[in-house]
Amino acid sequence: MTSTTTHRPADQARSPVRHPGLNLGPSHQESEDVREEMVFGFWVFMMSDVIIFGLLFATYVVMLGGTAGGPGPSDLFEMKSAFIETMILLVSSFTFGMASLALKYRTDRKVLVIWLVVTLLLGLGFLFFELKDFHTMFGKGGVPSRSGFISAFFSLVPLHGLHVTGACIWLIAILGQIAVYGVDSFVKTALLRLAILWHFLDIIWIGIFSLVYLGGLS
Amino acid sequence: MKGFSNSLIPLSRGGPILFVMALLSGCSDSLPGFMNPQGPIAEAQNDHFWFVVILTLVVVLPVIVLTPLLLWRYRYRGNAVYHPHWGNSRWLDIMIWGVPFIIVIILAVVLWRKTHELDPYRPIASDKPPLQVQVVGFDWKWLFIYPEQGIATMGQLVLPEDRPVAFHLTSAATLQTFFIPALGSQIDVMNRMVTQLHLQANNTGQFQGKNMQYNGEGFHHQRFTTRVVDDAQFDDFVSAAQQQGQALDRQLFNELNQQSDAVKFARAIGLNDYQHGDLMTFSPIPSHLFDNVVNHAAIAHEATNNNNQETTP
Amino acid sequence: MTDVWSFIFGRLGWDALPFWDAIKDPTTFNIINGVIAGGAAGLVLLGALATVVWITWAGKWRYLWTEWLTSPDHKKIGIMFIVIAMVMLSRALIEAVFMRAQQAVGLDGGFLSPDHFGEFFTTHGTIMIFFMAMPFLTGMINYVMPLQIGARDLSFPIMNQISLGLTAAGAAIVMISLVLAPFSTGGWSGYPPYTELAYSPDAGVDYWIWAVTLSTLSSTLSGINFAVTIYKKRAPGMKLFRMPLFTWTALCTAILMIFGMPPLTVVTALLALDRYLDFHMFTSDLGGNMMNYVNLFWAFGHPEVYILILLPFGIYSEVFATFSGKRLYGYTSLVIATMCIAVLSFTVWLHHFFTMGQSASINAAFGIATMLIGIPTGVKVYDWMLTMYRGRIRISVPMIYAIGFIMLFVLGGLTGIILATPSVDYQVHNSLFLIAHFHNMLIPGTLFGMLSATNFWFPKAFGFRLEERWGRRAAYAWIIGFMLAFFPLYALGVMGMPRRSLTFFEPAYLPWTIAAGVGAIVILFAMLFLLIQLWVSVRDRHSNNMFAGDPWDGRSLEWATSSPPPEYNFPVIPEIHSRDAYMAEKEQGKAYQVPDEFPDIEMPSNSAMGVIIAVTGTAMAFGLTWYMWWLVILSGVVTLVAVIARGFARKTTRTISGDEVRRTHLAWLEHIRRTTPVDRSKEQTSENRGLPVPPVEGAVQ
Repeated sequence: MTSTTTHRPADQARSPVRHPGLNLGPSHQESEDVREEMVFGFWVFMMSDVIIFGLLFATYVVMLGGTAGGPGPSDLFEMKSAFIETMILLVSSFTFGMASLALKYRTDRKVLVIWLVVTLLLGLGFLFFELKDFHTMFGKGGVPSRSGFISAFFSLVPLHGLHVTGACIWLIAILGQIAVYGVDSFVKTALLRLAILWHFLDIIWIGIFSLVYLGGLS
Repeated sequence: MKGFSNSLIPLSRGGPILFVMALLSGCSDSLPGFMNPQGPIAEAQNDHFWFVVILTLVVVLPVIVLTPLLLWRYRYRGNAVYHPHWGNSRWLDIMIWGVPFIIVIILAVVLWRKTHELDPYRPIASDKPPLQVQVVGFDWKWLFIYPEQGIATMGQLVLPEDRPVAFHLTSAATLQTFFIPALGSQIDVMNRMVTQLHLQANNTGQFQGKNMQYNGEGFHHQRFTTRVVDDAQFDDFVSAAQQQGQALDRQLFNELNQQSDAVKFARAIGLNDYQHGDLMTFSPIPSHLFDNVVNHAAIAHEATNNNNQETTP
Repeated sequence: MTDVWSFIFGRLGWDALPFWDAIKDPTTFNIINGVIAGGAAGLVLLGALATVVWITWAGKWRYLWTEWLTSPDHKKIGIMFIVIAMVMLSRALIEAVFMRAQQAVGLDGGFLSPDHFGEFFTTHGTIMIFFMAMPFLTGMINYVMPLQIGARDLSFPIMNQISLGLTAAGAAIVMISLVLAPFSTGGWSGYPPYTELAYSPDAGVDYWIWAVTLSTLSSTLSGINFAVTIYKKRAPGMKLFRMPLFTWTALCTAILMIFGMPPLTVVTALLALDRYLDFHMFTSDLGGNMMNYVNLFWAFGHPEVYILILLPFGIYSEVFATFSGKRLYGYTSLVIATMCIAVLSFTVWLHHFFTMGQSASINAAFGIATMLIGIPTGVKVYDWMLTMYRGRIRISVPMIYAIGFIMLFVLGGLTGIILATPSVDYQVHNSLFLIAHFHNMLIPGTLFGMLSATNFWFPKAFGFRLEERWGRRAAYAWIIGFMLAFFPLYALGVMGMPRRSLTFFEPAYLPWTIAAGVGAIVILFAMLFLLIQLWVSVRDRHSNNMFAGDPWDGRSLEWATSSPPPEYNFPVIPEIHSRDAYMAEKEQGKAYQVPDEFPDIEMPSNSAMGVIIAVTGTAMAFGLTWYMWWLVILSGVVTLVAVIARGFARKTTRTISGDEVRRTHLAWLEHIRRTTPVDRSKEQTSENRGLPVPPVEGAVQ
């Protein structure tokens, strides 16, 4: 049933540093493996999310013609607002990157928390501008009940916004955990996964900006 | 153990026999469906069906024949050769991958050709001009419009023998599927969209027509009779309809849009003796009736016979 | 007063009672349907009440809570998934019998109302796919896969609990819909515009949307869990090409779940947006397009059927090899074939709607792609036959299912090639031919696979064998019942009878619908025999006991543990040196060894997350269906709080001391020392206590 040649548990047979950027400490090889699994699992989850967004993108493209005589992209989309949102998100990805560097190279929590809070504020700012945008669209008659085209828009873009909302809530929860436990290995793994989500949402937004806004207004 | 491999042999023979019996059941002349084809499309489909069956049996039959043999020969209490570690043979692998591959290639070539030949959108070659029929699916009845004759019918689709029929179809309600099995393919009908179908009947007679896509309470009642007649009878039918048909005005059209099967609709317009499969005729009919249904435009209030129908592609 | 009512209860009213029509308009017809519907509702309530009463009377609430509902153990969760599947199988079978009975007597009439019939075929399909087949295979992978790869649990045990909770919530919603009716009549595929508000304004389609959403979320999470476990938690030396075929198919199934479930999540969400917020994704007017629904749905639907069949292929691989006493033929071929099927399954979805008006070239291309999938499937069938070749075959109950499968499934494959041919499909699409085809794949394929697996691994999970006599009767009844119930449908299909049709008007159909009705009754008996088998097995469990753990002379690692295995599966993670790892050990005389050390083992602690999600999931789905917005918000908030609170949890594991592990392992080895080994001729007798004779090269075991 077992080989009698090896005495060590399987885990210790692996090489030491498995994941760049995650300093759990020299004696934490086992937690290293567990945490690596969690990050890998989150990537896999992101793959399923990519499918969802991809299908909504495809549906949007197919329904571009379904304006039913109502307002179209040029009537509804404002480049200025979309550009501001894009910039906010890009900067927030940068600030999250700074937070990740603070996580890797520093042992105190102050700088990390500052970068995280800045990211959070940027995320909330993005949501504020996006909601304002939707409100303006409604005012111009750009409601989903008006046409299939607008329905397709509102099935894609607010889903991204919902994801950003979820990411912001998660970020607040992590800040809460930092306040209670400090930056322990659970928090570090959570930050790694949230980072993946945050950058993923930025990439999706670039797709939205390019395909929906730039594509629609050209 | 206990001779169970024995008991499985009649099982294995019974299964495919029952199965082929089931398939062959449609072969009798009086049975409905495309095993008893009444037109060139259905005939071609019947031929292709059996071609696929025979070719696929090349791969399927050995399984059904060999498995009981294997069970018997290598039964636990027998004394056949026993090679517990044998798990590989290159030649067998080549055959196992190769033979089905070749069969699929043959099937694929035939499939490509036949799919194009039997495309519902493809007109049927003939020296006679096609009869134009426009079909509107309602919940739960079909309306058949003959734009060139200025009439419409419900309950029966009357067609001339040996002449291609060009259908343009739409739905005034949900997704439905128009189907006359004895003649050929089924085709979906959708609101505000037009699909096409081409059929031809080679024999006179009466054949079932139905809806194949579930659309509610009256689904099973959404059927009609296809009556194929010779040219003289067809002309008689057209003139009788033009003279005796009910006017299809806006009020009648509103009644059509109510959810009802053909019998209930007939009662609503005063035909109290109507039964499923009877012929209901309408004339005159509004101009551009089919196009207006497709474009969701208002139906003309008065029925006229101004029917310069450009059927929307 | 009515404002308060409609705030609390949404649009729930007295007309939700399933026999309301019979009360309002008491014709004989309505009364018959009311009695059937009311009877079903009564059964649900009675069943729930009886369960609660029994648990209370037996004093088992604490046991249930700590040992099962809050357990993160993959084995317990797997069993609970399978329990859900068996309960839902019973219900959906009864629905099938009702439909067959209606069509047997239904020449221009019958006893079911059209709406009732519509609900029957919708719930039958929805339950069988989402709440029978998916939980069954999820449970099977859950139980067996970690044992086969030498792991202690899945990668994410709490997420596993959540998957179970979501599936339980979906099943609960479907059961609740029997009491507070109606359910959708739009079929398990739910095509608009029929399922839009204009044509289906009542709660039925909403029930369907949320039940299916719960199921898809559950399966997506399970897929992630399985894939990561197989990638990351294999024992050292268990390279990918040394994994058993069951685990390979579990991996491909998991990948299909990860990529194939999201389209359904998307399309049901979009339909919900249409229905709740007046969107126009699939409406006929204002720029919507129902053809997008069809494409998105089948982008899920086709991978889904491969999810349902790949795992049974893995099960049959295990069963054929084990009961032929022989190595599986063509391991590499089988792995490649499985991967080909998984990849190709994403390329064929259009064959579900050849008749929707696409061009001939598009139809033909997808038809050819569909036929290509038949090639790797055929390879598998021949590889299994070659596994039996030169083996010594034992006709046990799992093997009966496997043999029934191999002969019936290929007939279904033949009809699949017919359906894959667009020009012929134009004749048989949406007819009973199609119904016969996919039941021909799902029953001999998926269901027999699950029943075979149940008989195969039950002794491992519970420590005693299932009784053979009733098992054989059930297997034969299933085979005969299936043929009698479904082969006539092929005939009906080529004669033009549509699916989902309450009744028919061609007398030529009648002999076939009657035969099919008889077949359904035979299947009902088959189900009854299964239940009798379970009851008799439990009654006789002490004389069929096999704590030693290896009743079938198994080949893979799960048989190298006690029956049932300890919570942590293996005292020490094994090292693997070949395929058929356990059989290799037995052949080298290295089975049942004592490790040098027994380190402490860290296992996940219990958690209530699964239960919480089950409750909030049910509540949220119910609230959304009946427009009880306060309930939706409340359950949403509770879920959010629970998830965030879970993030704050720090003590998520507990330690099992090495001493306890040693004691347990030595006790098992002592039991083995006192057990008499048997050869395979005594496999089905009560002398078989789970210990095979050691293999001797060349000799028949």
